[in-house]
Amino acid sequence: MSLKITVPTPLRRLTDGADLVEVEGETVSEAIDQLEARYPGFRARLCEDSGALRRFINIYVEGEDVRFLDNLATRVAAGSELSIVLAIAGG
Amino acid sequence: MSFVKGLKCRECERTYPKRPIAGCEDCFAPLEADYDYDAISRVLSREVIASREKNIWRYRELLPLDDEPVIGRSTGATPLIRADRLARALGVENLYIKNDSVNSPTLSFKDRVAAVAVNKALEFGLEAIGCASTGNLANSVAANAAAAGLPAYILIPDSLEQSKIIATSIYGARVIAVRGNYDDVNRLCCEIAERYPWGLVNVNLRPFYGEGSKTVGYEIAEQLGWRAPDAIVAPMAGGSLITRIQKGLKEFERLGLLNNEVRTRFFGAQAAGCNPIVDAVKRGSSDIRPVKPNTIARSLAIGNPADGYLAASTIATSGGWAEDVTDPEIVEGIRLLAETEGVFTETAGGVTVAVTRKLIEQRRINPDELTVIAITGNGLKTQEAVELAPPIVIDPRIGQFENVIPQLTAAA
Repeated sequence: MSLKITVPTPLRRLTDGADLVEVEGETVSEAIDQLEARYPGFRARLCEDSGALRRFINIYVEGEDVRFLDNLATRVAAGSELSIVLAIAGG
Repeated sequence: MSFVKGLKCRECERTYPKRPIAGCEDCFAPLEADYDYDAISRVLSREVIASREKNIWRYRELLPLDDEPVIGRSTGATPLIRADRLARALGVENLYIKNDSVNSPTLSFKDRVAAVAVNKALEFGLEAIGCASTGNLANSVAANAAAAGLPAYILIPDSLEQSKIIATSIYGARVIAVRGNYDDVNRLCCEIAERYPWGLVNVNLRPFYGEGSKTVGYEIAEQLGWRAPDAIVAPMAGGSLITRIQKGLKEFERLGLLNNEVRTRFFGAQAAGCNPIVDAVKRGSSDIRPVKPNTIARSLAIGNPADGYLAASTIATSGGWAEDVTDPEIVEGIRLLAETEGVFTETAGGVTVAVTRKLIEQRRINPDELTVIAITGNGLKTQEAVELAPPIVIDPRIGQFENVIPQLTAAA
């Protein structure tokens, strides 16, 4: 199943500058596996050594923060949009 | 003239030159302006500060501008009010209000951060400025951009109070209401920052703009006679303000500007309907679990606060605490401050007053401690939140007036 992943600027050095990458996978975790296979080092940028999502990284599936879903085990439907977004300030 | 050597990652300490940038490219943590404090200590003294105009730029060496400020000459220097009537109502003796509800130009503490951000955008030569906002930042970025002659793109949640929308649009800002909550708006804003060569205040100008909040700490200390208070209660949305007030006090201490040691305990205030930082503090953690906001305190309705972890650890290491209050308690807080001190604050201020009451009841703040409450916004912007009985209507006849007097005095 094909997923569209939006890649933020700081990670595009890994994707040869691509801001949109398509991968296969049924969960967020599988999508990250695919990114890692294609762009070695990608996982370490998103996840701590423990495997958990880094504090300053948010991943959204169809606009929903995966922390409200099943974290990295969140299932993703074919054609879903997955955004990787850095945490930012507000007010 | 600049005392900022560059930017530095708060976590991994990687350094960057001064430029618009959202965060560390290695670990994505926030970046901080890296000051040359030795050089600052050679030029900045109490006398120098006291001799300058009363605005945030009297502390200019500690703010991240390279050039002289172009806009924001009226910003800051808000009153620190000794609040004896409120103190009596809450059962304490030594209470002050830092009243940013009368900040300039747009009546909230966000005038401090927006002034820094818009000046910085001018220095960088950016062609437009923008932000994601729960309202107060929108007002201030729009006003300051107008004064600077920069186009402003302001993204807000579509549920925002009418008065906050009007007080943004009036400046000619390009306002976009986004279906969703603040966190949705923020996410979109991040993606916009990737595509357009603009200064997005809370995205790629973040390392600079947050520094403006330190001036709340500087002013409190200066107004108390160069002293740090025992306790400060501040509202928390993204979590930045409370950490920057502490940073400001610590910087003053480091520069030898204070008469006492900074032992200030920091207390964070949130609404029960959006309390991710309070929840972390109560768990004894700095790990933030995001929430979906549901509160009348829309200016604090950030479910995934970017500086939440830092706010939680600032509170814990200072020996403070955090509490939350319900929507009815927020309204009570607004009324209590208005009726005791003549200060009409917005919902965020209601949160802060109501949380202060709770902390005093819990004896986390002791009656004789010098306590400052940060009131960050103006009640005229969130009038929808407060429902009051309409005035009694009479004909212009003295007899009718005299008839209603007993009713009025009974209600008071």
